[in-house]
Amino acid sequence: MSKLIKPLAAALLISAAAFTATPAKASEGAAIPAQEWSFSGMFGTFDRGEAQRGFQIYAEVCASCHSLNQIFYRHLSGIGFSEDQIKAIAAEVEVEDGPNEEGEMFMRPGRPSDRVVNPFANEQAARASNNGAMPPDLSLMVKARKGGADYLYALLTGYEEEAPEGIELMEGMSYNHFFPGSQIAMAPPLDEDSVEYTDGTKATLEQEARDISTFLAWTAEPEMEARKHMGVIVMLVLLVLTGMFYAIKKVVWADQH
Amino acid sequence: MSKLYENPVVKWIEFRMPIISFIDHSVGTGYPTPKNLNYWWNFGSLAGMALVIMIASGIVLAMHYTPHVDHAFNSVERIMRDVNYGWLIRYIHMNGGSAFFIAVYIHMFRGMYFGSYKYPRELLWIIGVFLILAMMATAFMGYVLPWGQMSFWGATVITNLFSAIPYVGDYIVTLLWGGFSVDNPTLNRFYSLHYLMPFVIFALVFLHLWALHQHRSNNPTGVDIKNDETDCIPFHPYYTMKDLFGIGIFMLLFLGFVFFAPNFFGEPDNYIEANPLVTPPHIVPEWYFLPFYAILRAFTADFFMYIPISWLMSAKLAGVIAMFASILLLIFLPWLDGCKVRSMRFRPYSAMFFWIFFLDCMVLGYIGAKSPEGARIIIGQIATFWYFFHLVVIIPVVSRLETPKPIPDSIAASVLKDGDAPQAAE
Repeated sequence: MSKLIKPLAAALLISAAAFTATPAKASEGAAIPAQEWSFSGMFGTFDRGEAQRGFQIYAEVCASCHSLNQIFYRHLSGIGFSEDQIKAIAAEVEVEDGPNEEGEMFMRPGRPSDRVVNPFANEQAARASNNGAMPPDLSLMVKARKGGADYLYALLTGYEEEAPEGIELMEGMSYNHFFPGSQIAMAPPLDEDSVEYTDGTKATLEQEARDISTFLAWTAEPEMEARKHMGVIVMLVLLVLTGMFYAIKKVVWADQH
Repeated sequence: MSKLYENPVVKWIEFRMPIISFIDHSVGTGYPTPKNLNYWWNFGSLAGMALVIMIASGIVLAMHYTPHVDHAFNSVERIMRDVNYGWLIRYIHMNGGSAFFIAVYIHMFRGMYFGSYKYPRELLWIIGVFLILAMMATAFMGYVLPWGQMSFWGATVITNLFSAIPYVGDYIVTLLWGGFSVDNPTLNRFYSLHYLMPFVIFALVFLHLWALHQHRSNNPTGVDIKNDETDCIPFHPYYTMKDLFGIGIFMLLFLGFVFFAPNFFGEPDNYIEANPLVTPPHIVPEWYFLPFYAILRAFTADFFMYIPISWLMSAKLAGVIAMFASILLLIFLPWLDGCKVRSMRFRPYSAMFFWIFFLDCMVLGYIGAKSPEGARIIIGQIATFWYFFHLVVIIPVVSRLETPKPIPDSIAASVLKDGDAPQAAE
């Protein structure tokens, strides 16, 4: 967050005599190392390569347990997939539709207008397959955790094979000190070569963590690029307008000073 | 009575309904305003603008929002993703709440420092206290609507407070909930009331302005307006332009957050859909409630302010009463303060205690944001004690004992004295 504040503050300082940046709220638990992201800062955009590779990781790894409820296949145009690519991606899944004229539900290939298919029929099914734990929906994960994408990256790369001495892991749990409480029900999801990237990028753990974090940053804030772009224009217009207001105010008040 | 207007359309309207001269006497050339108002006087108009922004953006959001526990969270996300510029409207509304409170808190501290609450503006001040109460109720109910984890648990914690009231507490809580827990009926009534309250606020603002225009603005010297010619300047164009410049600066800051750090004031937990079975580790209200939240939590069984009344009520009830009293006490401020001189520029001891009080409010805000552990509990309790000690002991005593410094004869004289151009008084 502070990465966003700094350039913002710098821009505002031009017009405002003093802008006191409120200190960012401290995060809980183990300190999360800050990463450089393509989408940081006032002008940041989602790296299309990272985001598309991230989608591949989601589809091949995460999607076996985690839903992505807020995303429809058509949204994928936001990270540079073409219409044909989206049609192909959607067609790979089977979607329940209906009822048809006989009143029966039926399965058909997915369409761009479909929601990303949920791996489980309901919460109970999800828990039954995951040792009683509920894999959370990933759509808003980056906005729903302190530290955002930095936290996700730290979590995915921060698994330790054995818990430190004195800590007894509960059955089925893994040790990860970036997770509040350090015991996480998700087994290490990514490892070197967990996926074979279609664009030839070498699939190191760090690269995978970076790519999926970028993808999930996009699913959390698909409007971010449009927002920042509009923001820059609005700021510039407002700066000029405010400057004009100040000049007029000076002229109006000239006889009083 | 009304001015002579040249324009035939204006003339036609003015003859049938003197609204043109009414506007002129309210915010135009016909409203003489003290010439020495500083930039702290901008925050009233800024608060008014924030209210208009909130109502405008809120009406649009209401067109797309679904007040049902199964759909509320997703309907907000739909606004963010699929409604055209929905993200803009929603972020404006989200951050607009913070902007509104910032403007109003500064407006209140300005009123306290320059003695704007004193004779003959007591009623103006009291309407203001009711305004902040109405704002808080509106903001609290609005925060519940996205139906995230903080929405749900914030609503649970705050509505549960009313159960501390003896005899009728449980009935009140059931009435607020529309059932036996925070659920769909709660969301529905909060949505309805969240839409109603802004219009109550609007009506109160109207009364606030009516009372303001009766005796007009106070000013940094706190000296009465003695002569409209020498002490005042017309509101338009002087203050309309100054307010417009202030609005420009304020919009730069406000929209800076909207576009570049829209979740700065929010809690990540509210992007998790409400789940009655999972309690978040820390339930924190929005930043503008933090000082009051700290006062509420200060009342533990061993708090020294509670011990003398422990035979009478539970610590929880004492905390709830203290929280509401911390705002309601402000109603009596015009009488707690016994000094005839308004501005603290001429009351150095009062000014010193004002700044200590300001700092105390900041400390309370910090404590409210943190989990109550170790030294923070004690600091919170001392800060809570000081809040009330300031209002009911320091102000009445210091204001009556302190001999104010000599005050200027008039606004014009004060401007002449500190101004660098003597012709200003002409």
